[in-house]
Amino acid sequence: MHEFSLCEGIIDAVTTQTRQQGFSRVRRVWLEIGALANVELDALRFAFEVVRDNTIAATAELDIITLPGRAWCLNCAQAIAVGELYDPCPLCGGYQWRLTGGNEMRIKELEVE
Amino acid sequence: MCATCGCGESEPVAHSHSQAQDANHHHPGGPVHDHAHEPRRISLEQDILAKNAEFAAGNRRLFADRGMLVLNLVSSPGSGKTTLLVQTAQALRDAFPVMVIGGDQQTARDAERIRAAGVPAVQINTGKGCHLDAHGVGHALDQSLLAEGGVLFIENVGNLVCPADFDLGEAAKVVILSVTEGEDKPLKYPNMFAASRLMLLNKIDLLPHVDFDVDRCVDYARRVNPDLQILRLSARSGEGMAAWLDWVRAGQRNELSQHIDRLEADLAAARARLIHGGGEIRRTII
Ligand SMILES: Nc1nc2c(ncn2[C@@H]2O[C@H](COP(=O)(O)OP(=O)(O)O)[C@@H](O)[C@H]2O)c(=O)[nH]1
Ligand SMILES: [Mg+2]
Ligand SMILES: [Zn+2]
Ligand SMILES: [Zn+2]
Ligand SMILES: [Zn+2]
Repeated sequence: MHEFSLCEGIIDAVTTQTRQQGFSRVRRVWLEIGALANVELDALRFAFEVVRDNTIAATAELDIITLPGRAWCLNCAQAIAVGELYDPCPLCGGYQWRLTGGNEMRIKELEVE
Repeated sequence: MCATCGCGESEPVAHSHSQAQDANHHHPGGPVHDHAHEPRRISLEQDILAKNAEFAAGNRRLFADRGMLVLNLVSSPGSGKTTLLVQTAQALRDAFPVMVIGGDQQTARDAERIRAAGVPAVQINTGKGCHLDAHGVGHALDQSLLAEGGVLFIENVGNLVCPADFDLGEAAKVVILSVTEGEDKPLKYPNMFAASRLMLLNKIDLLPHVDFDVDRCVDYARRVNPDLQILRLSARSGEGMAAWLDWVRAGQRNELSQHIDRLEADLAAARARLIHGGGEIRRTII
């Protein structure tokens, strides 16, 4: 659903760079998306192909790097891995943990010419 | 084109720039030798929603300058947001200014329902858009929606997915779930429940008629967000409304007292400047 808005954000950020860095074409866009972020990757890829039309990124490839879910368990006082926002701590079975990574939605890098 | 933020200006500028470059790069018959064609990498490390975050920060400043409490109400369609807001507005409007922004894909009916309750309401029609964003909210913020010590409720588009990601400048998200929906909603839409500070379990008047396990729902919600505050109420019968109204009143008082602290700090700084400045004046006279 909001993958279109996200892609508009990506194109907007890329277009701003055009003015600052002076390039004429974007060849590739690397994104970092957390495994627990609120994004459907297929929908994001589809939306990108639509939104990139008639922009500096019209032929750009999209590369998505998935970042794992990581958290800090308050009970265990220790870093843990989490697969979903409703997963229990794999060590103590509790839910008193705070996400430290895995909800990122970042534009990491561009390849331009 | 937009005076507040210059939106609508950026696109055409970038477009003509790239066309001009393309034109320069046509060397008929000759080899292409422009360095600009060398592929290179640019590291961005930028949040996709960075722009929304900027607009949200702008909205938040407007609210803070007036000591306002702003709540972003999110839910599925039909969970009872507008009904709740009508009741809430009627109960609180004599204590402090109450204002409402409604996001709806089509109609202005919700805003009319709210205005009938005697408080200012502005409707943002999002069209195909399935969420409100901070830019749209910023444009909707006319003077009728900004009042010293007031409470602004933002009724988001009925959708439990993307409104979770779009900060509007609010103090907190309040997620509303009604007992006619599945009790597993917190597990199906975890990002929304993780992003909210308060969950209102609405339509509890219907509990005798539906198959909804409240304890299980609360357990699911707390798995996703152990800090989530949860209140049960019925916007129709009024049961449980008092606790919700108290929650809003406490939030309003909290924003106002923070506002007073900031004003007092400003006042102290201004006094200090006056004393300091007075000393300088005396020196120049002597
Ligand atoms: N039984 C019952 N119905 C409610 C309650 N709150 C709202 N409704 C009804 O639910 C329907 C949708 O409410 P509305 O406020 O328009 O939901 P919104 O889409 O979230 O704004 C309406 O028919 C309301 O009358 C409640 O507490 N109990
Ligand atoms: Mg409504
Ligand atoms: Zn643990
Ligand atoms: Zn604008
Ligand atoms: Zn959306």
